[in-house]
Amino acid sequence: MPVSHAEILKIAKLAKLEFSEKNLEKLSKDLNNILNYVELLKEIDTENIETLDSIHETGNVLRKDEILSSLSKENALTNAPETQNGFFKVPKVVQEGN
Amino acid sequence: MEAVIGLEVHIQLSTKTKAFCSCKTTYGNEENTQTCPVCLGMPGALPVLNKEVVDFAIKLGLATNSKIAEKSIFSRKNYFYPDLTKGYQISQYDKPILENGKLEIETENGLKSIGITRIHIEEDTGKSNHSENFVNSTGLDFNRCGTALLEIVSEPEIKTSKEASAYLAKLRQLVRYLEICDGNLEEGSMRCDANISVRETGSKKFGTRVEVKNMNSYKNVEKAIDYEIARQIKVLENGGKIIQMTALWNADKNQTIPMRTKEDSQDYRYFPEPDLVPLLIDENWIDEIRKTLPELPKTRKERFTRELCLSDYEANVLTSAKELADYFEKTLEISKDPKLTANFVSGEVLRLLKETKSELSELKITPEKLGKILTLLQTNKLNLQNAKKIFDEIAQNGSEPEKIMREKGLEQSLDTNELETWVSEVLAENPNEALRFKSGETKLQAFFMGKIMQKSRGKANAQLVTKVLLEKLK
Ligand SMILES: [Zn+2]
Repeated sequence: MPVSHAEILKIAKLAKLEFSEKNLEKLSKDLNNILNYVELLKEIDTENIETLDSIHETGNVLRKDEILSSLSKENALTNAPETQNGFFKVPKVVQEGN
Repeated sequence: MEAVIGLEVHIQLSTKTKAFCSCKTTYGNEENTQTCPVCLGMPGALPVLNKEVVDFAIKLGLATNSKIAEKSIFSRKNYFYPDLTKGYQISQYDKPILENGKLEIETENGLKSIGITRIHIEEDTGKSNHSENFVNSTGLDFNRCGTALLEIVSEPEIKTSKEASAYLAKLRQLVRYLEICDGNLEEGSMRCDANISVRETGSKKFGTRVEVKNMNSYKNVEKAIDYEIARQIKVLENGGKIIQMTALWNADKNQTIPMRTKEDSQDYRYFPEPDLVPLLIDENWIDEIRKTLPELPKTRKERFTRELCLSDYEANVLTSAKELADYFEKTLEISKDPKLTANFVSGEVLRLLKETKSELSELKITPEKLGKILTLLQTNKLNLQNAKKIFDEIAQNGSEPEKIMREKGLEQSLDTNELETWVSEVLAENPNEALRFKSGETKLQAFFMGKIMQKSRGKANAQLVTKVLLEKLK
């Protein structure tokens, strides 16, 4: 098995995901299926092939440095579960080290 | 023991809009009025790179002799923190836009070149508000979120806190010359982190390093680095071990304080940003930018010493900022006297800026007006004292040099008759001093000069007065 339960739990923690013990079994199976397939691809010799950085063939999609209108403050805050005085409000973030 | 220091400097680019969306980047605006679906990280919103960001990066690349990548790509740096809307920061990882540059700094032992490992484009985060308005909560303002940054990573070739602040000052001077960042450490448009380790002097092996953040002034950079070096040496001398960590500089307590680190926090799981295409830069683009480069500080300084015969010190002061050097050269166009102009600009003008806490562009005394004053001084219409008087008058109230000179009767008198009268009167009024002078007490000359100048209301030409005075006291 390319990926262990411990590794899945670590990734889940980093991605802030939660799931039950039962789902862990299922996830583990699915992920390992995918990764086993990737293992198969690894057998191909890619020695002299440049890494694919992007699936787009083009480069340089750029825009001019011109200001367009932003959202109103009200609109910007619409989806926030909690706001206060025009700020998004979240549980206290401890300023580390101070 | 010796210290090994590497600096990571973030500069906020002074583009009008953010890196990947068209929101404006104004500092200090009302909170959450400069956001859009892209910088708020709304699902489905797509980033588009601002060309100006690339132009600015190329400028810095050329000015630091960096290798400009033909192809660079953007990556996602994944971590969760409330000031980051998307759960990842768009940055560059294994293919940054610039690599292998250098920056020359001045040290006590002469010039030293500090290598620049890499410079990459990334986006800024929002700002947390921890004020007492938020009880058991934190307020978030995303006006800054998505603003373009360049992260400049130095080689670990810096040895002392003095070298570190010299490097920072040089970098600040450079980005201000290039007009790509305003270099304001206090407002955070330039931020500096330091990687510090110590080792036996001459050793090739690096010690365990500590990353120090949150140093928002040159003074704090020096203090934090000195503190951390001393702390590490002490730990090692007592037989202890340095623990790799990130610490914050606390300016109130004057010490570095370890950040509480979660074990996984450094696991950023970088991967190529699928929403952005590769950035391709060809020679034409680089040439276009090269044409827009201003004369850089080093070249300008060399020209000032070589062509204008200014001292190293004067040239250094005058080229410290682009605006000051521009001001000097505009004044010089009128006055045509490099030495005199250098004296006035590095003396009077800098004093005025300091006293009034203002910017050059705000001064009422424009280069044109200063140039005119200096011309009046050179043609002996004004003496030095009255030239400074007119300078101060214009600095406060504006107006024109010649107008003030006429209105206040400050024009220097070169009329020998008038001079003779002043001198005779002063000698007559102070017969005792005149006698003492004649019997050898020559230091009284200054006394007479003062009296005569007073009588002439500053209009007398000092050289002429000296001549007439000594003649009469023979
Ligand atoms: Zn935006």
